[in-house]
Amino acid sequence: MAMTTRQRAKLSRGIQYALLVLVLIALVVLADWQVLYERVFNPAVIADQFPGIITIALKNTLIYTALGFVVGLTLGVILALMKLSSVAPYRWIATLYIEFFRGVPALLVFLALGYGIPLAFGFRFNHYVTVMIALGVVAAAYIAESLRAGLQAVPKGQYEAARSLGMSHTRAMVTIVIPQALRIVLPPLTNEVILLTKDSSLVYLLGMGLAQYELTKFGREGISGAGAGLTPLVAAGICYLIITVPLGILSRRFETKTDRVKKSS
Amino acid sequence: MSTSATENTQASTPSETPAVSVRGLNKAYGDLEVLRGIDLTVNSGEVVCLIGPSGSGKSTLLRCLNLLEEPQSGDITVSGFDVTDPDIDVDAMRRNVGMVFQHFNLFPHLTVLENCTVSQIKVLKRSKSEAEQTAMTNLERVGLAEKAQQRPGQLSGGQQQRVAIARALSMNPDLMLFDEPTSALDPETVGDVLAIMRKLANEGMTMLVVTHEMSFARDVADRVVFMDGGVVVEEGPAREVIGSPKHERTQSFLSRVLNPTKVDTPE
Repeated sequence: MAMTTRQRAKLSRGIQYALLVLVLIALVVLADWQVLYERVFNPAVIADQFPGIITIALKNTLIYTALGFVVGLTLGVILALMKLSSVAPYRWIATLYIEFFRGVPALLVFLALGYGIPLAFGFRFNHYVTVMIALGVVAAAYIAESLRAGLQAVPKGQYEAARSLGMSHTRAMVTIVIPQALRIVLPPLTNEVILLTKDSSLVYLLGMGLAQYELTKFGREGISGAGAGLTPLVAAGICYLIITVPLGILSRRFETKTDRVKKSS
Repeated sequence: MSTSATENTQASTPSETPAVSVRGLNKAYGDLEVLRGIDLTVNSGEVVCLIGPSGSGKSTLLRCLNLLEEPQSGDITVSGFDVTDPDIDVDAMRRNVGMVFQHFNLFPHLTVLENCTVSQIKVLKRSKSEAEQTAMTNLERVGLAEKAQQRPGQLSGGQQQRVAIARALSMNPDLMLFDEPTSALDPETVGDVLAIMRKLANEGMTMLVVTHEMSFARDVADRVVFMDGGVVVEEGPAREVIGSPKHERTQSFLSRVLNPTKVDTPE
């Protein structure tokens, strides 16, 4: 019997719901909840993680992220301005840098700084300096591209109107163009902080003492404990989410805000 | 203080020095010659409309006057500044020349009032209260004083253009340049903007207007300049050029613009 389009859509939706319910029931029936509880989300093991997971691991993750962001933003601003420079060699250097560090795994950069340079040149940066450079040089490449796009997204007419009102180049950039570019760049910049937070887990590779453990390393050491199961990694994951989910919400909030401003130009 | 000084010098030398004087202006983008030997004079207090088909170089000419475009050769004097002098203080010249753009170019991150005060404060170094007073006077002139605290995005196109006019006027310019100020507007808001420009003209503002509004040009302009292919084809009193054009190219342009439905030869 022929069905109308609407009936067919209704049937299809019904099947999808039924499938979902079946899978959920199967999970509930088949899963060994006692084992899962003990080995994946064991409150006793979580309690063991405290307070170190906050006072050491979460704190260090935040510190590493902040250090990487400061270097990334500073270098990123310089690279973005170089990329927009009227002097061609500056543009080439910036392009080369950005393409290189966007194309190479961050892991490689960490290995180079943490092990390669000490082996090749026989000297070692301080732990925090290593992290700062490794996270910063990679983040800078992404941040530079966001900033460049933001500056270019401000319509040329804004600059021309400012100059027509007698503003100098610098004044027009500072008062009219850059504030608008920053609003455009805020969402991608927030996303960059999220990526940086996750990339800080690469610090895991470097040799370090307990006081320098960040969330991933702390979780990794945690699962070596007798009977700890997966729980320490789950706890670390939750800590990452505590940082990244609010940032994601913030980023979306910025996006709707800039949409409102953009509509008016 | 400095504004009163310029007013004094202007009063002592009335319309003898033209507000705008262009001699032999050439401008090219690569091989494309946009302006070829333009001569143009706008006297103080005069309203001149630039008309002509798109691509004729009207807007480029206007933009050369305040150096948004760099002319290749020729002599330009604008409100006493030698624009083609390489050592010109561009910012000082632009302070005296108001510009109104086709797409308004209001600053979306500032309120209507701040749009009108930012340059007064940052460039003319006026106090905030003085700048706001001047801005409010000019917003009243364009009938939008009650919108002062809103953002440009909350206004209609016609209202935005009126704010743009108030913003330019707040710098107390000697001369106003209008670059197709009504071309991007909804038809029903065009009238409001033209009414304000007409009022400005009646108040004695020196105006150079690139426009496709032929009735405005005919009724408000003292002179009309018809451009085509980068040259001035014909110029004269507004009613003569629009009412009884002498040049064949002016005639065909006007007949196409004034009777758009009667066009039967699509090139």
